[in-house]
Amino acid sequence: MKIHEYQAKEILKKYGVPVPEGYVAHSVAEAVEVAKKLPTAVAVVKAQIHAGGRGKGGGVKVAKNIDEVKTYASQILGMTLVTHQTGPEGRLVKRLLVEQGVNIDKEFYAGIVLDRATGQNVFMVSTEGGMEIEKVAEESPEKIIKAYINPAIGLRDFQARELSFALGLSGDALKQCVKFIKALYKAYEETDASLFEINPLVLTKESQMIALDAKVNFDDNAMYRHPEFVALRDLDEEDPLEIEASKSNLNYIKLDGNVGCMVNGAGLAMATMDIIKLAGGDPANFLDVGGGANAETVASGFRIILSDPNVKAILINIFGGIVRCDRVANGVVEASRLVKPHVPIVVRLEGTNAIEAGKILEESGLNFLVAKGLKQAAEKVTQALAA
Amino acid sequence: MSVLVDNNTRLLVQGITGGEGTFHGQQMIEYGTNVVGGVTPGKGGTTHIGVPVFDSVDIAVKATGANATCIFVPPAFAADAILEAEAAGIALIVCITEGIPVRDMIDVYEVMRNSTSRLIGPNCPGVISPGKAKIGIMPGFIHKPGRIGIISRSGTLTYEAVKQIVDVGMGQSTAIGIGGDPIIGTRFIDAIELFEKDDETDAVIMIGEIGGSAEEDAARYIQKHVTKPVVGFIAGRTAPPGRRMGHAGAIISGGKGTADEKMATMRECGITVVETPALLGETVAQVLAKKK
Repeated sequence: MKIHEYQAKEILKKYGVPVPEGYVAHSVAEAVEVAKKLPTAVAVVKAQIHAGGRGKGGGVKVAKNIDEVKTYASQILGMTLVTHQTGPEGRLVKRLLVEQGVNIDKEFYAGIVLDRATGQNVFMVSTEGGMEIEKVAEESPEKIIKAYINPAIGLRDFQARELSFALGLSGDALKQCVKFIKALYKAYEETDASLFEINPLVLTKESQMIALDAKVNFDDNAMYRHPEFVALRDLDEEDPLEIEASKSNLNYIKLDGNVGCMVNGAGLAMATMDIIKLAGGDPANFLDVGGGANAETVASGFRIILSDPNVKAILINIFGGIVRCDRVANGVVEASRLVKPHVPIVVRLEGTNAIEAGKILEESGLNFLVAKGLKQAAEKVTQALAA
Repeated sequence: MSVLVDNNTRLLVQGITGGEGTFHGQQMIEYGTNVVGGVTPGKGGTTHIGVPVFDSVDIAVKATGANATCIFVPPAFAADAILEAEAAGIALIVCITEGIPVRDMIDVYEVMRNSTSRLIGPNCPGVISPGKAKIGIMPGFIHKPGRIGIISRSGTLTYEAVKQIVDVGMGQSTAIGIGGDPIIGTRFIDAIELFEKDDETDAVIMIGEIGGSAEEDAARYIQKHVTKPVVGFIAGRTAPPGRRMGHAGAIISGGKGTADEKMATMRECGITVVETPALLGETVAQVLAKKK
């Protein structure tokens, strides 16, 4: 689960991680009001969307006074912010973070993430603050210093010191950095985070280490332990179709293609998307209906897929194991009568009772393109697109 | 021979009295797996689906001599169930549960790394040696005994490969679903090593997906240490970056873990990579025919 920068900073603050003083604003008036509360005359107005690269896209402005706060807030609120992470369609800005100005001396990077190779969390720092860390990793990997955290003993003081020394710090700044790193890691563990990125982490001219930006993702699987985070979800940042699908317990991701698909199992669903591409189409979605493919789930799936106007054909690919194909077939027929899809539907049902399922589809009087095997399914998709 | 599971498997089912445990426990018994008991804390001393239920894995092991366990415990308690099985000295722990928090799995992984027990999964369909025994939720009837090993991060895509192998007139020595989570107990490398040593396996199918670098690591290992032919497929070439494709581990992050990257490395290391999963069966048949 992703959250906004201002929400992330509120959480970090609770763990003793220094962040600039700042407040969220939903309107220009609110922005002006909160700017007046700040300890500095200079205020930074930051667009709050779930995507990086906001500064380059014009979503972050430094205001020298209240008038400028007003100007920038009215510019940014309501703008469609396009960054390298939003795609060309951009994201509508509905919230701002207005925070105090900071006298930056140096900019660093700090991040925590799971290292899948070792099965441990890894704490990373770099002197290349403010840059895209993926770029640093590619161009000068030696500039990323890592500490792997043994879960049995946790992050040790010596590791926090090593990371801080690697940033070239000394004296008071070094002590501050060690403290910062320890607080940040504690926050990461206790919140069941899946990603922390502080970019930049800055050393101020007053020798303070402070998280100037904060990107925080949580592990969806652990959210039952954190009911307080549920309210942080911002539905404006999610695709409406995906929200609709999640209500029906369908695992759906919207894509830009022209062939919709409905599959049981995540791996087979991805493979089906790949097959669509090879058949000359483009997948319009990822949809895993899971183990319970019945009339109801199929109907919800149809509705969601068909509400995407780009969809020119649908491929249903079910490998029935525990799920019986004849039941799925009945579901498909029932759902088709209910929803009346206006595009060709290729159906491939394999596994338990597949033969009975084929009969049900044929005898339904509805116009399904019934496929045997993955190869034929691909061919029928090509055929359906050509028609 | 097959690997991991066979006629010597003495299986426990953890969470046997729950819905999943009951249904799949029965299915496993029907397939011929020697299910020697179940574990549900608080229900010890009762009998369920024809087998004795115990309060703890430790008691169950002492009473039955179990050497394997299949876990159907809800995500919040599953990590504990794995650790309990490990503490009781169970050699093979198969965890089906999907949705275990990463923080829990980090701890489990640390314990398993230093353990003689082997963990399969979590978030996996399990392991089957056709005609002998199955531990997990895969439909037994689609499998056929044979000499092809299958390793896969996905459930239904494994079934797809199984069916294609049967369609070309062959069968499986063992099919291992290693699981779709970012942290799993047995990785491609470990599973490949088992098949390489198994004299009843002639070739291996390896089905990966986007996310992480386990396929690349395995490919490099295969180049150096594996003599048997390996046919591979990676799901998710069309998956967008930064999105989790159903499985918690199926995500391209920071431009890393793409299907193209994995396929390229696998090819470089001598693995026969298929562009479409529709060709898995045919390709295995061709590769084996060429070898002869």
